[in-house]
Amino acid sequence: MSTYDRSMALTGQPPKELSRNQKIATLIGLSGLAIILLAAFNVNFPNKALWLSISLAAITTGTIWFSWDMYSKKEPGIKNDGVWFKSISSKGFWGWIAGISLTSFYIILYFYPEYLGLVQKGDNTGVIGLFDPLSRALSGNPASQWFVYGTLYTVAILAFGIKFMWKYRHNRYERIRTMSVMFFQTAFAFIIPELMARLNGSSVLNGGSLPYYDLKNMWPLNYYNFEGYRIKGFLSSGDIGFGLLIFGILSIFVISPILTYKYGKRWYCSWVCGCGGLAETAGDSFRQLSDKTVKAWKIERWVVHSVVVFVTLMTTAVIYSYLGNDTSKYWLTKSTFLIGVGVLLTSVFALVMIFKREQFQKDAKYGAVGYLVIILALIGFHFFSGDGQVFLFKSETLRKSYSFLIGSIFSGVIGTGFYPIFGNRVWCRFGCPMAAILGFQQRLFSKFRITTNGGQCISCGNCSTYCEMGIDVRAYAQKGENIVRSSCVGCGICSAVCPRGVLKLENGPLQGRIDSNQVLLGNDVDLMTLVNKK
Amino acid sequence: MENIVIIGNGIAGVSAARHIRKLSDKRIIIISGETDYFFSRTALMYVYMGHMKFDHIQPYENWFWEKNRIELVRGYVTQVDPKEKQLLVDGSRAINYDKLIIATGSKPNKFGWPGQDLHGAQGLYSKQDLDLLEVNAPNKEVCKRAVIVGGGLIGIELAEMLRSRDIPVTFLVREDSFWNGVLPSGESQLINEHILEHHIDLRLGTNLKEIVADENGKVKSVIIAETGEELPCNMVGLTAGVTPNVDFLKGSGIELGRGVKVNRFLETNVEDIYAIGDCAEQHEAIGNRRPIEAVWYTGRMMGETVAQTICGNQLEYKPGHWFNSAKFLDIEYQTYGWVFSERGMKDYEEHFHWRHPEEKVCITIAFNKENNQFLGINTFGIRMRHEIFDRWLNQEKDVDYVMEHLIDANFDPEFYKNYETEIVSKYNADFQKSIKTKKKSLKRIFQIN
Repeated sequence: MSTYDRSMALTGQPPKELSRNQKIATLIGLSGLAIILLAAFNVNFPNKALWLSISLAAITTGTIWFSWDMYSKKEPGIKNDGVWFKSISSKGFWGWIAGISLTSFYIILYFYPEYLGLVQKGDNTGVIGLFDPLSRALSGNPASQWFVYGTLYTVAILAFGIKFMWKYRHNRYERIRTMSVMFFQTAFAFIIPELMARLNGSSVLNGGSLPYYDLKNMWPLNYYNFEGYRIKGFLSSGDIGFGLLIFGILSIFVISPILTYKYGKRWYCSWVCGCGGLAETAGDSFRQLSDKTVKAWKIERWVVHSVVVFVTLMTTAVIYSYLGNDTSKYWLTKSTFLIGVGVLLTSVFALVMIFKREQFQKDAKYGAVGYLVIILALIGFHFFSGDGQVFLFKSETLRKSYSFLIGSIFSGVIGTGFYPIFGNRVWCRFGCPMAAILGFQQRLFSKFRITTNGGQCISCGNCSTYCEMGIDVRAYAQKGENIVRSSCVGCGICSAVCPRGVLKLENGPLQGRIDSNQVLLGNDVDLMTLVNKK
Repeated sequence: MENIVIIGNGIAGVSAARHIRKLSDKRIIIISGETDYFFSRTALMYVYMGHMKFDHIQPYENWFWEKNRIELVRGYVTQVDPKEKQLLVDGSRAINYDKLIIATGSKPNKFGWPGQDLHGAQGLYSKQDLDLLEVNAPNKEVCKRAVIVGGGLIGIELAEMLRSRDIPVTFLVREDSFWNGVLPSGESQLINEHILEHHIDLRLGTNLKEIVADENGKVKSVIIAETGEELPCNMVGLTAGVTPNVDFLKGSGIELGRGVKVNRFLETNVEDIYAIGDCAEQHEAIGNRRPIEAVWYTGRMMGETVAQTICGNQLEYKPGHWFNSAKFLDIEYQTYGWVFSERGMKDYEEHFHWRHPEEKVCITIAFNKENNQFLGINTFGIRMRHEIFDRWLNQEKDVDYVMEHLIDANFDPEFYKNYETEIVSKYNADFQKSIKTKKKSLKRIFQIN
């Protein structure tokens, strides 16, 4: 029987054993983290720019050296030896330690930034102080906790991205995809917004100042994009500001549906998105921990779609709150806006129910009807109950609860903090409203599918085990069915780990895409006709 | 209600049970001595290597069986009495049946080598074998060297498993090149090289003479027949093929050859008793297939077929075009149609072989030299689309057509390098042809008009 490591030892027999190089590399990486930790305890470093550089360089070097030693000396191929023996990747002692540390970090980051050294008036101290020189170099402003987080996040994606590319160096899909997430994180999420901040107050923006805007981050993932202060920022910043606002609206209503139709939601979730980027790189060692049971799938569907409803209500309420009533001042008033939302949701619902009805499970139909009724009823309240509030609660209450429950607790503390316990895509799977909307499009209106290769499947389970989204890929593959699931982010690992070449991610014709028949399991046609008879 | 008893919870028995349940309300009992629940035998290696836990290689969650009213009984069937329609589990518990399906699979071959039953000598087939391997070769301290006897698919998998724990492996292969009874020489050579890349001590053309015991009756060394060399080792893997697991049926009146003899309807000589999977032996082989096929998908197909017969649609077992796949360390292998090795080649068969100058990638295409009909393809390091080759074999395409449209059959992940141009230009050079490769067409692949 396999014995699972419950000890604290970093060493053991191969494949658990760490080589000498790997031990030194771990030490170097940890020393980089130690500098940040010392700064957190207010050790005052004399030359902050130098010490910050040393720290970030040590973290990067440690990670890269470790992976070079781990993969470069082996033949290219699947490198999962010992994954379930190592305590860090099998919910063992080090897995729990890592989970608890990450969770604590997120709690401090979101709720107690003062412990990181954030000072409202005056110079930052601690960790945030350590990052001041870098922040000033980029945007000209002192650092915030978000700048510290963004920097570490980018370093993690870059260093672990290199690790991932080494690990899958035989697989061009994985390498190109990883280069893509590394690029989008560094350029779009990190550097461009910081540089954009330099424009604030300049004549290019008519003297206005833009809100911090990661261009690839679209509503509802950045649920705050249409809040009042941001709209003011956009509108105050001349043509560029107005252009960005339009881009924000187009990205969810036009750009993403087109791309999802052509390529599936993977174009976003595993090629562009920052949350996906971290999950695919730093989180790769934890992908096998996602829950594959049917029960988990049921919970996932209810939770993630409830978040979509929540974010829709919240955003509607927030936009409602700053719109006026007077049509002569601005064409978009509280009432027209609410009617617009109601019409949009009802027509999406109606179109889907008319054309795609047969593809819905019974509980999905009940859920959709239920939620639509709730939203329309709440909108109706506005017209019956007079002014002030929409959706029973103050819009500010809704906004705050969403930002606390979903924005902080779910996406940060649970979503990333629990990587080593629940797997690396907990947030994407159970929480992300963006993933749910793209997934809805992927399931119903997309050319993307994972094709199953006839009868070659041997039911080994590698695909299901290494699916970070908890899809039981094998359940489809062993029946010869294509995999068309709304949650699939198209990371391609199921296809990579398959020892028999059974799975292929591809964009093909819609006809025959969801073939629930058991096609071509390698037998003569008359048996297959009988097997497929319901 | 009819009582269906299935002996064996492998892919064949479980496929039969699932499909009988789909088609009927009959009572279904599966008896297994090996495990409580169905698991994927081919995935046992990944449990030893730490890619998966044992739970992961069970394709169905544990509630599945009760929900589908498939009763599971744990125990070994020791006796079958066709007259009374009764069988004995573990020598005592009697179970009655109306229809019996024998799906007991295989057991590792042992060819009477001296010392083959010592502690430390084992095959690799069952869950028990996997557990035993954790005792015999848990790590490189306990097992300082392992010797594997038999150069087939299980042998190379066992070598890969042991190497994942850094255990030194000597691999004794009777043939003068790996698996060259099945693979054409170019491919077999490619795998020889790849085995050495993984630091496996490959000994070709080498036979085992005997396994030597230490004072405690444990494996101490092996002696090689050709040279008399004594190789110290702590574990010997006996992987020279498998044989049907049917000894418990001797004297029952059910006709046995090497396996349980069946006709095309998978019926044995005794009414209401069927045999499927690895343990079934066709009276006459089907096409070029062997009378006993120990392959995952044939087990599944026999299960599906016998379920139809038992539920009233008597159906002949027709496995269709041959295909298979395997993975040799890091190299994936697929085959569609028939490509024989030099040893088994038909008179009319001719081969085209292409190998990449640096990468471990190659293909062999077999065709009929009289009428150019495409017969089959082997690929190493390139994935191919099953549906396309099945179609081409059905349509009896000629080899030129296949070369021209080869890109349509490619199943590698997106962005992978394609080698069709190189392959076809070698084909043109070898056979003085001037074929131009077509562009990939989704319309052709998915047959849309």
